[in-house]
Amino acid sequence: MMQKVFTRPAALKDCTTHYCPGCGHGIAHRLVMEVIDELSIRGKTIGIAPVGCAVLAYDYMDVDMVEVAHGRAPAVATGMKRTNPDKIVFSYQGDGDLAAIGTAEIIHAAHRAEQITVVFINNAVFGMTGGQMAPTTTLGQITATTPDGRTPARHGYPLQVSELLAILPGATYVERCALCSIPQIKNAKKALKHAFELQMNNAKGLSLVELLSPCPTYWRMTPPDAMLWIQNEMTKVFPLGKLKG
Amino acid sequence: MTEKVLMCGNEAMAEAAIQAGLDAYFGYPITPQNEVAAYMSKRMPEQGRVFIQSESELAAINMVFGAAATGKRAMTSSSSPGISLMQEGISYLAAAELPCVIVNVMRGGPGLGNICPSQGDYFQSVKGGGHGDYHCIVFGPASVQEFADNTALAFDLADLYKIPAIILADGIIGQMMEPLTIPKKSGTKLPKKDWALTGAQARKQNIVRSLWLADGAVERHNYDLQAKYRQIEKNETRCEQYKVEDADIVLVAYGISARISRGAVEKARELGIKAGLIRPITLWPFPSELISKAADESRIFLTVEMSCGQMVQDVRLAVSGKAPVAFWGRPGGGIPTVEQVLEKIQEIVKKPDKKK
Repeated sequence: MMQKVFTRPAALKDCTTHYCPGCGHGIAHRLVMEVIDELSIRGKTIGIAPVGCAVLAYDYMDVDMVEVAHGRAPAVATGMKRTNPDKIVFSYQGDGDLAAIGTAEIIHAAHRAEQITVVFINNAVFGMTGGQMAPTTTLGQITATTPDGRTPARHGYPLQVSELLAILPGATYVERCALCSIPQIKNAKKALKHAFELQMNNAKGLSLVELLSPCPTYWRMTPPDAMLWIQNEMTKVFPLGKLKG
Repeated sequence: MTEKVLMCGNEAMAEAAIQAGLDAYFGYPITPQNEVAAYMSKRMPEQGRVFIQSESELAAINMVFGAAATGKRAMTSSSSPGISLMQEGISYLAAAELPCVIVNVMRGGPGLGNICPSQGDYFQSVKGGGHGDYHCIVFGPASVQEFADNTALAFDLADLYKIPAIILADGIIGQMMEPLTIPKKSGTKLPKKDWALTGAQARKQNIVRSLWLADGAVERHNYDLQAKYRQIEKNETRCEQYKVEDADIVLVAYGISARISRGAVEKARELGIKAGLIRPITLWPFPSELISKAADESRIFLTVEMSCGQMVQDVRLAVSGKAPVAFWGRPGGGIPTVEQVLEKIQEIVKKPDKKK
């Protein structure tokens, strides 16, 4: 008798996404929804979609979701979780959303030890608006607004938000993973699961998982090369591993 | 609480919000409304409810957004510069049709201005403020009692119409103490919040959003919003008329300017000038119809504001050229006196010589 060994998570809708070929969002969506299934929390989870490529995350994630202003997800999550401590609240944010316009909101949500889970997608670029420089763009990286590559003198240095957050007492758990190989993807799922479990277990404080994620379109690479670029270049600026907790 | 209590406007409003079933207050310090957060920081935890001092007004309005999206009664308060920062969030709240209450205890502007009472944020409140075609229900309370009453009613109307409601008070209404009766929870039957994000337990996913990318979808969403606004205009316009019936000159003023104008109306009547007062209680929806009717009889209008003339534009639109509309006001924290308004009335209406 045939046995089904691999299937779509129930919390992930059966539809085609708008993401580019080789984009990391598909993997990240799937991992988060697998975790929600495995922890049986779909019925009490509220997700927050960012402004950016993942703005339509609610079209793919089959949980109660809200779409909020650019960067404000941690403030919205605060309002939700404080008034609904029995619910599981997570935000899903890109690097433009979390590390540029929403820097104050993420720092202060962590600073207040908000009991929320943050999925932080770092692809070193603004994807939705056409591949402009993000705070996380690496030195030398060519983007729509750094045509000659990012230089410290003109554009400053790549911003390591997870490291900043990890020093705050209100951040319980901060880990950086990468969606660039099967072992790393498996590790990312473990980290995400841990982050949600902490919230379920009422561990006071913010849990955040940063995922280095490929953007072949705006890195101007093939999907396999994008995976290699994460492995060989991006992890030099954004080292993988547990930063806190 | 049915007995009279003596409270400042900011605290009276805060207590009225708590009595109305406020679940969460979010705010950032700014003068002249700091009494609200201080009061809430003590009273809300006592009630087992949420109080957060946010890192900015941007965060405060988005915390309101989060709590409101889960169906809770949420509010914030601030003063003019802080309300400017909230406009992004207010546009999103209006677009996502989330009920909440926002209190603006106006101070002198533009910019940092000063901390004196002003009515310079009328345009911002009634004409949108943030981006896009939208309205909030806007109240302009003229007493501490009304500040509290408007707030209680604002929660019900916000829930009923799924719309942000703004209480547009000023530094005087916020700071002055008056006796009042704290309104009790209305008990009005309101629609169930089946749209709220509570976790998709044994039901389909709920989504709260403001982005509609499909061809024509935002246009349809806008028409739906406009249909709702027409309903609100029809059902919720509130206004007080004082001695308008036989008046030759009708003052139009809201908030503390209306209190001052009423004093001027009394003084004018003592001098034999038939003056009256129309006091919009809701600034949006605006009592245009009533003002238009008043303009059908030959009368002169005088709008009095603590600004360089903002509401006067709505009065002129309502009057629609049927009668002259004059303006008198003081901007930037200047407070009109009864004598100044009376002088303007006398200037407009030739003083009748009774002794002749």
